[in-house]
Parts: sequence; structure tokens; C-alpha cells
Amino acid sequence: MTLTDEPRTEGSGSPDQRPGRRGPWAWLSRPGETDGLVGILVKIVLLAVVDAFALYAVFLLAAQDEWLVLAIGVVLTVAVNVVYLRRDGLPAKYLAPGIVLLLVFQVFVMVYTGFIAFTNAGDGHLGSKDDAVAAISTKGQERVPDSPQYQLSVLERRGELAFLLTAPDGAVTVGSSDEPQEPTDDAETDGSGKAVGLDGYTSLSFEELLQRQDEILEVAVPVSDDPADGSLRTADGSSAYEYRSHLRYDAATDSVTDTTTGVVYRDEGDGAFVSADGDELVPGWQINVGFDNFRRAAETPQLRDSLVSVIAWTFVFATLSVVLCFGLGLFLATVFNVARMRGKKFYRVMLILPYAFPAFLSGLVWSGMLNAEFGFINQVLLGGADIEWLTDPWLARFSVLFVNLWLGFPYMFLVCTGALQSIPDEMSEAARMDGASPWKAFRAVKLPLLLVSVAPLLITTFAYNFNNFNVIYMLTRGGPRFEDTANDVGATDLLITMVYKVAFGTGTGRDYGLASALAIIIFVVIGVISALLFRRTKALEDIH
Amino acid sequence: MWVDAERAPALKDAVASFKEDKGVEVKLVIKDFQAARDDFITQVSAGKGPDLIVGPHDWVGKFVQNGVVAPLELGDKASQFEDAAVQAMTFEGKTYGLPYAIENVALVRNTALLPEPTATMDDVVAAGKKVVDSGKAKYPFLVGLDPKQGDPYHLYGIQTSYGAPVFERNAEGDYDPTKLGLGNPGGVEFAKDLAAWSKAGAFNANITGDIAKDAFNKGESPYFLTGPWNIPDMQKAGIEIAIDPIPTGGSEAATPFIGVNGFFISAKAKNALAASEFALNYLSTEDAQDALFAQGGRPPALKASFEKAASDPIVAAFGEIGKTGAPMPAIAQMDAVWADWGATELDIIKGKANPAQAWPKMVTSVQAKVAG
Repeated sequence: MTLTDEPRTEGSGSPDQRPGRRGPWAWLSRPGETDGLVGILVKIVLLAVVDAFALYAVFLLAAQDEWLVLAIGVVLTVAVNVVYLRRDGLPAKYLAPGIVLLLVFQVFVMVYTGFIAFTNAGDGHLGSKDDAVAAISTKGQERVPDSPQYQLSVLERRGELAFLLTAPDGAVTVGSSDEPQEPTDDAETDGSGKAVGLDGYTSLSFEELLQRQDEILEVAVPVSDDPADGSLRTADGSSAYEYRSHLRYDAATDSVTDTTTGVVYRDEGDGAFVSADGDELVPGWQINVGFDNFRRAAETPQLRDSLVSVIAWTFVFATLSVVLCFGLGLFLATVFNVARMRGKKFYRVMLILPYAFPAFLSGLVWSGMLNAEFGFINQVLLGGADIEWLTDPWLARFSVLFVNLWLGFPYMFLVCTGALQSIPDEMSEAARMDGASPWKAFRAVKLPLLLVSVAPLLITTFAYNFNNFNVIYMLTRGGPRFEDTANDVGATDLLITMVYKVAFGTGTGRDYGLASALAIIIFVVIGVISALLFRRTKALEDIH
Repeated sequence: MWVDAERAPALKDAVASFKEDKGVEVKLVIKDFQAARDDFITQVSAGKGPDLIVGPHDWVGKFVQNGVVAPLELGDKASQFEDAAVQAMTFEGKTYGLPYAIENVALVRNTALLPEPTATMDDVVAAGKKVVDSGKAKYPFLVGLDPKQGDPYHLYGIQTSYGAPVFERNAEGDYDPTKLGLGNPGGVEFAKDLAAWSKAGAFNANITGDIAKDAFNKGESPYFLTGPWNIPDMQKAGIEIAIDPIPTGGSEAATPFIGVNGFFISAKAKNALAASEFALNYLSTEDAQDALFAQGGRPPALKASFEKAASDPIVAAFGEIGKTGAPMPAIAQMDAVWADWGATELDIIKGKANPAQAWPKMVTSVQAKVAG
């Protein structure tokens, strides 16, 4: 049933529509709607599935303390239920799935990117402060040099865990977190001399060990009455070592002290414990850094020095890619639209092939084919010529454009074919009757009509090529490098590949915060350009 | 546990016996090697991820920096492994992984073309050229390079013979990020010689790893500087080979990078105890290490397994050369080195840059990046 059918059925007054004859579920559908029992059931089942999934997610999120996401999820679920249980609001029912997907896949990603842009997230600052403290404490645990390796059996008495330890010389001791290890003589041993049981205690089987692994890993049996001697710990439940801790976290002063050197590391609000000398303990944690990343984006020399040439090339690349792809696509589409043309189907299939190939794979394949000495192009097509397709700055730019044209024209060909076929032939015929040459008829009649439907696609293609990471990275990695700068930026680098290099490549690791800030800046640039271009397209439509 | 597709089959037996003895099932999840390191860091930080992961030792620095890996006390077992392997797994004085294989590059020689070994790089180039001149081969010397990035990893052994390691090491054997060895006087010497060899046709930036391998397997070159991973295909191609030490250029010994593969335990493992037990007492066994060797062909890190594998002279030769090597630095600062290093070597090989100027310029640039 199409939407236009609706008024008719409403007016036709089928028996179900009469007052008093509506089913028990009638309150669910708005008056006049002809939802059958099946439709209602399907609706209930679908909603139940959605709600069940939401409930599951709520429990999961609550367990992980993700309260913000949980709140958003609950609001969304309630909204979806209200929309579909209400009688009115048919448009909302159609729009709801799309809006939910938009929120999840677009808005959430954008908001999250924005959030990351204001943090120091990146290598060394990924987790929470609690995680960092825990990691630093384990790092501070050091095996006492030349201390023996003990064989271990884990015992239990009244719920308390104890360690039964066999030293390499056969001496057996027992101890727990509260009681330092003490020698014992009455332990049962197995064939190899390892003590496995003690009167008054139960030995834990491996299965029981697994169930209580967290408790067991926490156990630290003091070696002697002096805590400075260290304590015995285990990692696998079958052997133990003497550990001494040299990094101690003090919650009261919120600082970490290195007991061997006496250096105190404090939390000065930089997302890490820092000593007075500026030494940082790794790992740090994630904090809000305000506009720092944006400031760094403006101040990073790696970005600033080459920014002008990279921006210029990005615009040239995106513009030329669109113009060339559109030009070739349109030309071929026009040619194949001629009725006399034979074998059209075959040609069309052949032309779509590059489009069906994953872009990054084609990039790699082309990179091999364009190898100056061993590539297919130079060796086979050009008879062994030595042309540096990818390593000479201008040829590399040409190659990138060429490969992108190869990848991109089938899409334009498809779009133009579709658009051309929707333009009635009478239009150009009429033009010809008026005495226009075929070229003039095409330019004055067909092209403007075509552009009305294709222009928005050209703008999105421009935006896409502005960020065309795949082609550049797989083909040239942005190279060849500029020779006048020490930075890892080259002749074919687009903004996006340069950002990738700065944020993930050649610094001292990944920097999600900086990357997000740069992504937001690029987003703004593209947004402004697209908005301007779309306004021009509107003017185009007004012609007609 | 995360493994890559190549290693998964070799671990099946260890997993099976662990299940039999302890009743614990280890689930092997096959991950793409390229993505595994970064995924592990992000997932463990978020409290997810596997309990165990397989990887090379130079991941450790990143792991420690992000607090995602738990120290692993090898205890008395440490002595059962090759020293270099344990040392590679040690970062800032603590051991983080259970090693299982050592790999390094060596000079592979086609004995049908050149029956006698040569020790210095100059001799290698000369001998190679002689074979080419006699019309029996096409290339005097092969090493896989990348026309866009270069390949400092493969050339490193030669470079160290000039006394210019990437970072200097302190008394404990840890790399010191503040002392960039690349800047040593030997670095420029190496750059100059590299330019000369390239001029003689021994280095060609257009020859990628795949092209080099293909050419060597066709018998088109007497020498191929590569690692054990390419050996099985050479043998399949029927090339008679011998393994020579890395040829020297300068007066010092050549110390190639050693890569040690191993198993790491997540800092937030849900089954920390079981994971440690599995790594320490099952993956460290001779059977497990034998199986991993049979699968991957990389010399085992466990001494007992290595000795068995070393009955094959090729494995033994790679192992011998590995003993002269130094672990690839795991410090986070290594990230800042590769791009400039590779690009400069590339320009020198292509004859586009003057080695006496390009090398010091690269050192300054790297220094700035390391300093942040």
C-alpha cells in the first residue's frame, strides 16, 4: 500500500472501521488505520526485541559505570517506545529508525571526536588515573635480586588464604598476608619434595585457584617481621618470588614515592605523576586539556612549515579529481548513450570494474606497476623507460591524479548515464530543430539539466577527495619528501595524510587528542566550502 | 588469546594439553598482525581485550607506556632461554614476556654462483660485480628496499660496523633515548660508503622485498641480505644457499637488529593466574617451542629447542649471527626515528643527496623529534 492510497481506504468505510467493531488492540492504531492483528503483533515483537536489547545494554553499561551513555540509551529507548505506541504521528514512525541510526553513527562519532579533541588521549594517556596507579604499583614491584624461587601450594583456613612455600633447599615455610612466613615441619610432601598440604588447612585445587585468582594475586606474605625485606607473591599459583616495592602510592598526598631514590612524583594536573625535575612516570591518564590541542595544531612546526603548500595541493587535488573524473565519466556516458552504439552492455560492465575494486588495493597494485625500474608501465608499455612516476614530485602528483581518475570515473560514468537517460530526447531534438549544432544543444540544454541533478554529487565527491587518504597513502605515502624541510611531509601529502603522520606517525607515538582537533579543523574547512558550493547549486536550480 | 594466522596451528597442542591437565580452555582468536598491537593497547585500556597476545619484543615499550602489559617473572626458567631473548623481553629492568623465537637478518649466498664467503662489504660488492660481469647473474647484491621509505632495518647491521648504532646503550644494556648513536662520526662514513656502493649498482631503491626475493630465487644474484622468513621459499626454488655473517664496512663488528617474538599477558587479564600458568609452564616447554619452530621456521628462544633445530646448518648459522646482534630498541622514541632515517638512506642510495650533508641533517631532525 502506498501512502497515497490512504485517504481512499479511510473514506471507503470498510466494516472494520465502524465504531464498536474494532478489535481489542484497536487503541494501538490510530483511527482509520487498517493495521491487522498480524501487523500489531509484528510491532509488539519488534519493540520487545528492541527493549530487550536496550535492557541488556543498560545492565552492561551499569556494570562498567558508563552512566552518560546509559542515560542517552534509556532516553532513546523510551522515545522509540513512545513513538510507536502512540496512535498519532505517522511521520515520526517513518523517521525514527533513520534518526536513531543518524544519532548512533554520525552524531555520536562527531560528539566523541569533539570530546577527545579536548583531552590528552594518546599513547601513555589512555586509561583512568586508577589504572595508572595500579600499573605504576605493579611496575614498582621488583624481584629481590638473587632471591630464591619457591614452589608454592595455596592453602585455605576459615576462608583465609595462606601460602605453603618450598625453598630450593627443601625448607618448608607457611605464611599469609597477615603473618610473615614461618618454618613448619609437619607438611605433607609429594614425590618431588614439594610441600602440598598442612594439617589444619585445606589445599586448593587448580580449579579453586582459578575461581579465586584475584584474591590469590593480592596475597603478599611478608618475608620477615621487617616490611622492608619485601614479601612473597605469585603470578601463576605454583611458584612464588620475593618482591620489594620501590614505588609507593600515597592516597593522602596523591603522590608516588620512589623509595630507593627518595624522589617524589606528584600529580600537577598534567595527567601524569611528575617529579620536581620534570621526570614523568608512565603510564599517565586521560584528562581534559581545554584548547591545548588546538593551540598545538597551530604551533606544531611539522604542520606549520608545510601547511601552505599542502593546503594548496589538497585543493588542486580535490578539484582536479572531480573535474577529470566528471569530464571523463560524462564523455563516456554520452558516447554510450548514443543509440547506434553496439556492445554497450559489455563496455559498461568493463567500465565499472575499477569501481568494484577496493581503493586501497588498487593503490598498492598501481604502486607496484609504477615502480620506476620494474613496474609494468615502464617496462612493458614504455619499453624499459626509466620514468620516476612516484618519486619525482611533479610526476608523483600526476600519478596520484591519474590513479584517482582511474578509480573515480566509473562512479561519474554511472551517475551521468542515469542522469542522461532521465532527460527526454525531445529536449535536444527540439534544440536541433531550432538549428543548434549538437555541441551547442548539449551545452545549452543537456548539460544544465544534467548539472541540476549531478551538482550535489560533485560537491560530495569534492569533499571525499579532499580527504582521500587511501589513494595517497597506498601510492606514495605523501612522498617524495620536500627537500627544504626536515619534516616528514611530501609533495603529494593531503591535509588528511599530513594529519595522520603528525598524529600517529613520526612523533613519539599516537596522539588521539591532537588528531581529533585537526580533524575538527578539516571538518570546518570542508563544511564551509560545501555550504558555499551548495548555495551556488541552488542558484543553478533557479534557472529552470 | 590473540595470535596471528601463521602461529595459531602451532599452539594447538599446548592448548590441548593445558585443557587436559587443568581443565581450562584457551580460546585462540586470530588477529591481523598489523593491527594487533594498537588494538591490544586500546582494548586493554578500556578494560577489554585478550588475556594473552603474541608479538615481537619491540611492542613492549608501547605496552609499558600505556600500562597494558603485566610483568612476567620467568624465575629460574630464564636460564633455559637464550640470553639475548630474555634481554629483549626486559624493559626498564623487568621482564614482560615469554620469548619463543629469535630472528635476525644475515647474508644469504647462492653457493652455485659464489662458493667462497667474503667478510667485508667492499669484497661482497666486488665479488658480486665479478659474477655479474661474467654474465651469470643480473644483480651483484640484493636487499629489499622500498622506493618510498627505504629500509634502515635491513641495512642496520652494516651501519653498526661503523660504530653508529641507532641509540647508545647504558651499562645495564638499556637503550638511552638521549644518546642518539646515529650521530656518531661513523654514521657519515657509512653514508658515504652507501653512496659509493649504490653508484656501483649494489643498492637499488626500486628493488622491493618482493622483487629481491623473486630475483634471488631465480638465481639472478649471488647475495641476498634477508631473514629466515625467506629461506623456505629459496629452498623450494632449489637454490643452494649458505648463510654468511653480515658483511662489515667499518672496523667494528656488525650487530644486526634481533627481533624476539613472545607471549605477553594483559595488565587487566580476567584470568591472570591461568594465563601466567599457561605461558610459564606450557608455552615454555620444549614441545611447544618445537612446534612453533616447525611452523614458522624462526630459531627457537628455548635453548633445548634451539639445539634440536640447529641440526639444520641454516638455523644454526642464523642463530650464531643473532648472538652478535642487539635487540631492536623497544623504547617509545624509536617511532621518531624511522621516517627520517629511511628517507635519508633512500636519497643517498638514489644519489639525490650528498651523504656528508644529508646524514648530519637527518641526525638533527631526529634529535628534535626525540626531544619532542
